[in-house]
Amino acid sequence: MNQTGVRWTSEQVLALAPDATSQKAGSRLGTTGQWSGTGRSEAGAIWGLCKGSGSKPYQTVVDITGPAYKCSCPSRKFPCKHALGLLLLWVTDEEAVRASAEPDWAEQWLSGRRSRAEQGSGETRAGEVADPEAARRRAARRAERITSGALELEQRLTDLLRGGLATAERAGYGLWEETAARMVDAQAPGLASRVRELGAIPGSGPGWPARLLEECSMLHLLNRAWLEIERLPEPLAVTVRTKVGLPSPAAGEPVRDHWSVLSQYDRAEAKITTRRIWVHGRETQQMALLLSFGAAGRAPQLSLPVGTVIDAELTPHLGAGQLRADLSGQFGIPVPMGSPPPGGPVASAVEAYGRALSDDPWLDSWPVTLTDVIPVPDGDGWQLADAEGGSALPIAPSAISRPGLWRLAALSGGGPITVFGECGHRGVTPLAAWSGSAFETVVLI
Amino acid sequence: MTLRSNSNETDRTEDPLPRWEELVTTALLGTERRQPPVLVRPRGREATITLLDAAVVHTVRRRAGLVPAAAASRPAPAPFDGRPLPPLAARRRLAQLLADRAAPSSSGRRGTAPDLTELLPQWLTKANDHGYQAPAPLLPALLDAARARTDLRTQVLTFVGSRGLWLARLNPEWKFALRGASGSGALLFDVDDSNAVHELWAEGLFAERVALLTAVRGRDASRALALLAGTWSTERAEDRLMFLDSLRAGLSPADEPFLEQALTDRSRNVRATAAELLSALPLSALAGRMAKRALACVGPALVAGKPSIAVTAPRECDAQMQRDGVAPAPPTGRGARSWWLGQLVESAPLSAWTEQFDGRSAQDIVTLPVADGWGEELHAAWCRAAVRQRDAQWARALLGRPGAPPESGQGTSSLAERAKLLSSLPEDERALWVARFIAAHGLSEAFQLLGVCAVPWSEPLGHSVVDALDIAREAGSYPWSFSGVMGLAERCLAPVEAGRLDLLTATPAEVEGASPGAGSYWSEAFQRLVSTLRLREAMQGELAGTLPR
Repeated sequence: MNQTGVRWTSEQVLALAPDATSQKAGSRLGTTGQWSGTGRSEAGAIWGLCKGSGSKPYQTVVDITGPAYKCSCPSRKFPCKHALGLLLLWVTDEEAVRASAEPDWAEQWLSGRRSRAEQGSGETRAGEVADPEAARRRAARRAERITSGALELEQRLTDLLRGGLATAERAGYGLWEETAARMVDAQAPGLASRVRELGAIPGSGPGWPARLLEECSMLHLLNRAWLEIERLPEPLAVTVRTKVGLPSPAAGEPVRDHWSVLSQYDRAEAKITTRRIWVHGRETQQMALLLSFGAAGRAPQLSLPVGTVIDAELTPHLGAGQLRADLSGQFGIPVPMGSPPPGGPVASAVEAYGRALSDDPWLDSWPVTLTDVIPVPDGDGWQLADAEGGSALPIAPSAISRPGLWRLAALSGGGPITVFGECGHRGVTPLAAWSGSAFETVVLI
Repeated sequence: MTLRSNSNETDRTEDPLPRWEELVTTALLGTERRQPPVLVRPRGREATITLLDAAVVHTVRRRAGLVPAAAASRPAPAPFDGRPLPPLAARRRLAQLLADRAAPSSSGRRGTAPDLTELLPQWLTKANDHGYQAPAPLLPALLDAARARTDLRTQVLTFVGSRGLWLARLNPEWKFALRGASGSGALLFDVDDSNAVHELWAEGLFAERVALLTAVRGRDASRALALLAGTWSTERAEDRLMFLDSLRAGLSPADEPFLEQALTDRSRNVRATAAELLSALPLSALAGRMAKRALACVGPALVAGKPSIAVTAPRECDAQMQRDGVAPAPPTGRGARSWWLGQLVESAPLSAWTEQFDGRSAQDIVTLPVADGWGEELHAAWCRAAVRQRDAQWARALLGRPGAPPESGQGTSSLAERAKLLSSLPEDERALWVARFIAAHGLSEAFQLLGVCAVPWSEPLGHSVVDALDIAREAGSYPWSFSGVMGLAERCLAPVEAGRLDLLTATPAEVEGASPGAGSYWSEAFQRLVSTLRLREAMQGELAGTLPR
């Protein structure tokens, strides 16, 4: 224990790395000998000078309350290897990073950050719009374009079903790519990404026609919902707008709580990387999803260490059954999480997903915590089975090939553990797990 | 495997919805060819739209009404591992070492940062010395590491223990762990529990049985032999070979009857191994028989009035010799008679030669001239005998003086033979011999010899290596000519040497005649060495739990 709270684990630091190369490079910098002028402050800042290839060492500062990073190196990675190395040095070698006064070069950036934080989160809110009338006109124009997009998509779905899904298998990926591009033109990125996902189904193995029909029908439902959005109750209307790809406002009542960071993972798409961070509020018992985006090839800015608790204020997004929220304020330094969130047996997870569908029928999955479950091999797949009784949840096919599956099995050793994951109609995707003997959060993705 | 739909859904006959399978068939063929199976189609509504409408109701209903699947049969839980976990700081370090291994290697220059992958074997050795168990979440990464690097296997298998083997059974990629080298420490039950021992011996996987045999033998050699003899005739030939090989540790005269019996084994390899083990027992009957044969071939003589050695190689390899493990057919390029001679001499007890040569010491015998060009053959066979019988006197004699020029004829000049002879000497003496060898001959030939020295290197050896590196630097050569030794130094040099090395990390001024840029490359290489040594020191502290956390 030191005055900056309990330090994190190397795994938590490495999880902040934008990619495997950075992990490796960061690991190598996480040793003394690379660093000089290191120090840390009461306020949660860590800094140091790292010898690079040039004559001048790089200046690296990390504000672990964010965490936020600043480094004078030219890397476009975020955090860069120097910031990772500095954090690793801090977690592995207490002597190497001692408490001291912030040097000028670090203090400048830190005080800038702090004054912004004090001004509050006002500027990150929806904010005032310069010209409301013009904004309204823009929104109306975009709605029209989406409507024509939805009509066109309906037409394509009908054409497809008239000719038969068998033709989709022959037409291949191009057909869907072209349709997706049309939806991008129509400024409906939500529709576009759903169309792209359709394209992958014919190659997804046995049973694909049924899955393709399911997804086509869900897309049809979304088109119909958009075209008749005026008739929908407002919360559902907001959800539909979000699904087609309109930005949803973070306009709910802010909630301050101690949020446990349960998982963080990135999903890379063609032009954007989406980071999904699941958090659970200790007092409110609410689950929330923080999304953060990065342009192609760049890691999203928001990065929270999994397995810690942050004292933070979240502002929920509107819409029926939405768990998305924005981080609107953060207080203090992340501390290690004591125990996993409360959960239930397999049946409760399936029920929770089923209930959530009544608010948002397009939901792919719902966050669930399963207690006392055992990972069990089952033919080519795996399932999470209740330790008592005969119920089980299959592990989603997409999660079977990941290395996290083996960490899950190793942690369990055939005994009951607690698993957090996303539960959907194809099974559960495990994201984090805890064993009874140690409450360390084991990252599974 | 999927979640089950609530079965009520599709069975209700009064349901206005068509069956899902029919919808899928229609969708697959297309509504142009087949009417959707809907009972009521709203007026003016296109057939395709009705199909989609029906499908969406089905889809949402199915998803919302899912019930859990039936649980498959659960695997038996992993056996309990009573060993403690490494301290937290050490666990973090291991995660870092493994993450470094898994990440793609950055190409090009190594820079000044330590190569963490090279520290993994040391971390594992130390952790096993402390008797720690592997942290469960790291088991997959450890097994992957051992799969990729065979040199890590024994250590990893010991460290991952019974839970690691339990996990390996579930993933075909880790099959190696089940049949691989014996993880001697992986055995985590009481060898005094004879029921458990017999059960595992009868039903265990091969690796488990080898580990069991080793563990039982460590406790009670005769019990291990009884275990082995009980099933010997039913074991497969390659298994018999491996089991026999495990008798090498703790070999004693008590093993002789069993080994004698194995001399008549069906498998030639088993017979050869049995003979080899017997010859390592100087008092065994086989060793006696071999001595008799060898002494008949090699004896004292006088050449021009000076004492020397006369050699008459055997003229045949009879059935008795073959039964005692002498292979009759020489490898290509070797004469049959010298091939037989070599085998006789290497299997004869070395003590026999003192008597044969009028009480001369090993040292004196080795320096006697050998007639008719048989010297090399004879010395090589003695080297093999010294290694097999772990005879330090003979090893010393055959090694010669470390500082002597290789062609001086004293002892062997083969580095491979020297490396093997060195391992028969006590650790201190071994290190000192190599230190003197390096001081006299430099580093270029020392690599193989360094490999048999105990880690961390003793102080004289460490000094010798550092001095030799410094000399190489001053001579202006490039450090990568010594990358093998540098790599070894990163692994083997005692961390206390870091202080001495600090002086060498400065970039020196370019000397005339030196290779361009060599100075800064050396500086970089020494910096890496220093930071690796510091890291190793930190690692050891973490594992010992001596660092306050």
